[in-house]
Amino acid sequence: MTEYGTDVVGGVTPGKGGQVVDLPGRSVPVYDNMGKAVSETDADVSVIYVPARFAAAAIVEAADAFNEIKGEGLIVCITEGIPILDMIRCVGHISEMPGIRLIGPNCPGIITPGENGGCKVGIMPGYIHAKGRIGIISKSGTLTYEAVAQTMSVGEGQTTCIGIGGDPISGTGFIDCLAAFEEDPETEAVVMIGEIGGTAEEDAAAWAADNFSKPIVGFVAGATAPPGKRMGHAGAIISGGKGTADEKFSAFEKAGIHIARDPSKIGEVLVSVLIEAGLRDP
Amino acid sequence: MSREGVNIHEYQGKALFREEGVAVQEGVHCTTVDQALEAYDSLGRNVVAVKSQIHAGGRGKGSLYCPDTGDLQMEGGVKIAISREEVETYSKNILGNILVTKQSGPEGKMVNNLYIEAGCEIAHEYYLALLVDREKDAILVMASTEGGVDIEEVAETTPQAIHKAWTDSSGNLPAGAGSAMADSLGLTGVSKGSFNEMLGSLVSMFVSRDCSMIEINPLVRAGDGSMIALDSKISFDDNASFRHPWRADMRDMSEEEEVEIRANKSGLSYVKLDGNIGCLVNGAGLAMASMDVIKLYGGDPANFLDIGGGANKESITTAFGIILEDPNVEGILVNIFGGIIRCDMVARSIIDASREVGLSVPLVVRFSGTNHEEGRHVLEESSLEVTTVGTLADGAKAIVAATVGVDA
Repeated sequence: MTEYGTDVVGGVTPGKGGQVVDLPGRSVPVYDNMGKAVSETDADVSVIYVPARFAAAAIVEAADAFNEIKGEGLIVCITEGIPILDMIRCVGHISEMPGIRLIGPNCPGIITPGENGGCKVGIMPGYIHAKGRIGIISKSGTLTYEAVAQTMSVGEGQTTCIGIGGDPISGTGFIDCLAAFEEDPETEAVVMIGEIGGTAEEDAAAWAADNFSKPIVGFVAGATAPPGKRMGHAGAIISGGKGTADEKFSAFEKAGIHIARDPSKIGEVLVSVLIEAGLRDP
Repeated sequence: MSREGVNIHEYQGKALFREEGVAVQEGVHCTTVDQALEAYDSLGRNVVAVKSQIHAGGRGKGSLYCPDTGDLQMEGGVKIAISREEVETYSKNILGNILVTKQSGPEGKMVNNLYIEAGCEIAHEYYLALLVDREKDAILVMASTEGGVDIEEVAETTPQAIHKAWTDSSGNLPAGAGSAMADSLGLTGVSKGSFNEMLGSLVSMFVSRDCSMIEINPLVRAGDGSMIALDSKISFDDNASFRHPWRADMRDMSEEEEVEIRANKSGLSYVKLDGNIGCLVNGAGLAMASMDVIKLYGGDPANFLDIGGGANKESITTAFGIILEDPNVEGILVNIFGGIIRCDMVARSIIDASREVGLSVPLVVRFSGTNHEEGRHVLEESSLEVTTVGTLADGAKAIVAATVGVDA
């Protein structure tokens, strides 16, 4: 992250407070807890790699520290495999704090490419990105990189790429990201990558139809995935039979989102969309 | 395509219910016909239910087949017996045979476990379920007066018959939610109190045991007004298994796909499909997208396989082995977009793995991301017969072209 240009100001590992860690080009202090780290470094963002069984507690600790000391902060949780009830508690806790935003868990993080490097909070390969005008939102990790590569293949860079993670319970969702991209003057179009399961894509499409003014290109992974082996019927009821790739693609189309059924055509579709919107010369 | 929850049998679920104070009938778990007869004698009831134990719903309406001849043995995997002789007949027809239900898949499941349960006088059948609501970030309680039937049908035809309530983020129902639900189910007096008590126990059990679903269908109002869980379908959140060591004893390995368990032990996520093109990919989303693209270019994926972020030479060798165990596989597409995974590490692992498992089918490798040039170089310098490509579309085209001749 430091190599990419991210301003890493310190680390937190219980029991290792007072140590110093050498990063490329700088040395940063380690703290025993988030409260101390935030008050001494004035950090804006916390990125969490803590093992799954302790990750929810780490998210809550970071949220409390940011909330008490600064009233705001961004938490990015990379960890995969956090118990679902831990996440329900965590998301409930953070929902009481209007200044705190959680991205993830189970995600590659968030990156804003600059002219030379940029700001990367996560595990994505920084060099595949370039500064540009496309916003990317994705439930998946490596498929996000694929979407980035697709924009690059047609000469388009990115404003910000956000991996929101594929867990059933998570922080920032598609709609939160779309709302942020709507506000961002540098973002001129968005690529949105969904996955089968749940109804987040359908909800985002419905929201975008009424609230989003910029063009969106959408892809949903899992069209060929077999229906899950499920133990009962209850899980299907809640989504009212939704959740398949086909249903998500049709929800996208209905909302005016331009779909790419082939992820290797996302770039092509993006170009035609930009031309249609008068944002790129034919 | 995340891993399914950990499922347990009805008899195990009912043992948990007893511990948690959720009312159930007396019952005995058996694995032989003799045990079933002993159970009948020990229960001392005239009427008992003889219930097949498999990890799939729709048992009552399922059919039992002989595994050797494929002949139909009996209709219905759950039977009411009113004599010792009937217990014997039903048990013989169930144990060791294959039960096919709406949810078991056409191949069905071998029944090795039986549950003999005391009969119950039923005034009415209800439906009750607790599960995680991913849109509301809470636990959802669903109940219906239409129990004992296919709940999906109820949801479609009479959605107003399904009543819902949500917990807060700590897993507590709002005050009065249980009573309100009892009212909407038309429960009064003893039944209302009994329902409320059961719901409280179920919600606290859902939280303390990290469940992902509890389904009771049917939940019954007995002749005396008390509410009894006549069935139990429980699955647990596997991510929380580390804090529930007792779960290990409840796992029935015969209910799980052996190859999927093996894959999981190596940090791989594998699901077998019916096609002929094996896939080895990093990341679940990219793995699904790779399958989608293979299909779009006229091929048919043989599997879903995500090698995960912690992949190494050993796990990649295991992955190749698992893919090649499937006799349908006629070619393999490797699709790696390196992030934390380095393409050169994957390249070296592929070379070692192909030697170890004796790779004999066409191999197409697409590398992108971290160290992709080095990875490609390593493969091209090796003696391995491999086609390297730079994009997913080229990879799919190449592997489809390489396997189409074999297929025809």
